[in-house]
Amino acid sequence: MSIDIAQFHQVFFEESFEGLEIMESSLLDLEIGQPDSEAINTIFRAAHSIKGGSGTFGFSAIGEFTHVLETLLDEMRNGTRDVTREAVDVLLLAVDSLREMLSAARDGADFDANAVAEVHAKLERQLALGGDQAPAATAPAAPTESAAQPAGAGDWIIAFAPHPNLFATGNDPVRILRELRALGRSEIEADLSQLPDYAEFDPETSYARWTVTLDGSVEERAIREVFEWVEDDADISLTRGADAAAATATQSGADDTAAPVVAAAPDADERRTGEDRRTGDERRSTDRRAGGNTAAASSIRVDIGKVDSLINLVGELVITQSMLGQLDDPQTVDFEKLREGLAQLERNTRELQESVMRIRMLPISFSFNRFPRLVRDLSTKLGKEVELKIVGEQTELDKTVLEKIADPLVHLVRNALDHGIEKPDIRAEAGKPLCGTLTLAARHEGGNIVIEISDDGAGLDAEKLLAKARERGLVGADEVLPEERIHELIFHPGFSTAKELSDVSGRGVGMDVVKRNIKELGGVIELHSTFGAGSTIRIRLPLTLAILDGQLVRVGDQTYIVPLVSIVESLQIDPERVKSVVGAAELYRLRGEYIPIVRLYEVFNIEPQSSALEDGLIVVVEGEGQRAGILIDELLGQQQVVIKSLETNYRKVDGISGATILGDGTVAMIMDAGGLIALNRIQPQSPIPSPKVKAA
Amino acid sequence: MANVLAVDDSASMRQMVSFTLKGAGYDVTEAVDGQDALDKARTGKVDVILTDVNMPNMDGIELIRQLRGLPQYKFTPMLLLTTESGADKKAEGKAAGATGWLVKPFNPDQLLATLSKVLG
Repeated sequence: MSIDIAQFHQVFFEESFEGLEIMESSLLDLEIGQPDSEAINTIFRAAHSIKGGSGTFGFSAIGEFTHVLETLLDEMRNGTRDVTREAVDVLLLAVDSLREMLSAARDGADFDANAVAEVHAKLERQLALGGDQAPAATAPAAPTESAAQPAGAGDWIIAFAPHPNLFATGNDPVRILRELRALGRSEIEADLSQLPDYAEFDPETSYARWTVTLDGSVEERAIREVFEWVEDDADISLTRGADAAAATATQSGADDTAAPVVAAAPDADERRTGEDRRTGDERRSTDRRAGGNTAAASSIRVDIGKVDSLINLVGELVITQSMLGQLDDPQTVDFEKLREGLAQLERNTRELQESVMRIRMLPISFSFNRFPRLVRDLSTKLGKEVELKIVGEQTELDKTVLEKIADPLVHLVRNALDHGIEKPDIRAEAGKPLCGTLTLAARHEGGNIVIEISDDGAGLDAEKLLAKARERGLVGADEVLPEERIHELIFHPGFSTAKELSDVSGRGVGMDVVKRNIKELGGVIELHSTFGAGSTIRIRLPLTLAILDGQLVRVGDQTYIVPLVSIVESLQIDPERVKSVVGAAELYRLRGEYIPIVRLYEVFNIEPQSSALEDGLIVVVEGEGQRAGILIDELLGQQQVVIKSLETNYRKVDGISGATILGDGTVAMIMDAGGLIALNRIQPQSPIPSPKVKAA
Repeated sequence: MANVLAVDDSASMRQMVSFTLKGAGYDVTEAVDGQDALDKARTGKVDVILTDVNMPNMDGIELIRQLRGLPQYKFTPMLLLTTESGADKKAEGKAAGATGWLVKPFNPDQLLATLSKVLG
């Protein structure tokens, strides 16, 4: 019988990665002087599990690597080795290596063997210094062959006398005798002389002894193996019948030539699968082959409570449906009941939608978890002292959004550490505490998740930024910008004021990419900063990528959707504030700045209800760091809409980010604020033919 | 068929052991740590116990020690799943009353062979 072990790989990888996270966070929390023994045990167990699993499931390279790690941790947990900062650093590096190796095994890819070997060497070096014991061997000892059999070997004579309490270990002498018999031709003689009288006979005590004569061609190793478990609970002697003088007799317990079951079993047990026989060269490719299949599957672990709640809601939906189904007689239609039923249906659908969305949601801690390590390493590298605070890590968001926000967050945190928080001496001069604080916070607000990265560092120097922007021609020499606008300049491509572009964050390719990534997720990013005190970056993301909160607007007979997240405000036009620039744009003065007016009907070539500005409304939207006022005829309601891709169904259209189907069956386009603004700038006068859709 | 109690804090190991044994016709009860195993062993009698050593909430050796104290498990075969470097664990295990051990890594066939040996 042979079982395909590969089916258990997925779970092994998942639990191993989880184990590595536990190891890492526990290592980071470890107090160097007074390590918590429970924490060390937890770290040890995690490494031990990975080692055990990797051996069982055929990932020997990982197993070997983990072996040294485990030995170090074992010594730490039984007190024979101190927990030093150096050791913790090496252990953290080992965690990184293991992550690499596990990912490689899971994806069927390669890992950097040199880097891993380096870390392995560091582990061995740690093992060699300190600790009360000699460095442990990294390879299991090869099973030693028994002494050469005397020439002219006769049969084996085996004396087996179990101690009285043998049964208490769950061992059975009869089983042992059976195993001996299976080794070869044999004769067994029982000695019952120790049996007491019936009255004193204790069925839980072993009295019998046996002498077994076994075929001399059987290897001594095989015989020892049979007795392996009961060595200490029985008197065992092994002699050669023909040559009693040159006996290989040994007392129980003294001889340790019995090899571990793994290596010894093969000869006796013919059903070996051959997995253990691997040379060093084959190892890595085998690890890869073993793991290759699990790469494709992307899965989520879902709390079973969420699934149960989903099942309940579907049940309620069925009830509502059957209730509505009963109202289908046109003669006796009960409007009251119908209304009730529809209201219930709406409730059911909404709850179902929320419930399903929640299944795809994971707490942001999955992303926040990598930051303690990152902050520790980076602050050490930069020579700064930083305390990381995390708030709201249980806030949930969609799995895909979570994955895509990971890199931008890393960049923002690195930025805050690099350019935000100052070195201790500078902080002291400014009267700040030597240790800077970096806070990562997440919370739900409306239908969005808000993530904030704030630091009490240097903040943004508006003057320096403005100067740089002027230098680059991004801002006119005489142009005056409010402070917020100046701060937003950092999101401009190619913008960096660091004199030496540090390799940590600022090559000037960072912030604009971050902003773009967030925009792609349907979110927005804001920056608030006070020079000398610190900065806060606020990211607002929709909870799901497929659904959007939209404001319906009407232009002529067409309905459009403006994402709520892009809307700043809506207002009626005051003609006094309109300023026309000859041959180009119309501008509207809004609280100290001028924003362009976008005549939507021109851009999309629609018949407006009225082309007079005073008759319509403008919806002030923000996109790409710019603002504009979109002229519309009427504001309709707000609702959640399901985003359908225009690209996959038609083609990409500038100014439109997608489409949706409204309740009455008509198609409404979803506006892309940034795209519209760009369009308007390019061709304010010549409208672009739009995919005009007739109301159904 | 015999009832096996499989104890290991690693889900993948439990899965592998469980799958292997069930495929061979055994009934399998799984436990995630020593305490869980002790509770389950008390509620329903099992015929053989397979346990990992290192687990939170009571390790395998303590589990065996506790089980041996229960009258119904005085003579039940109990096997420790140890790593090859755990020579001291074997001794400790024996002292606590373990029947024997299976060395990790082991493959499904070795597991079945050992189990059929032990259960006769």
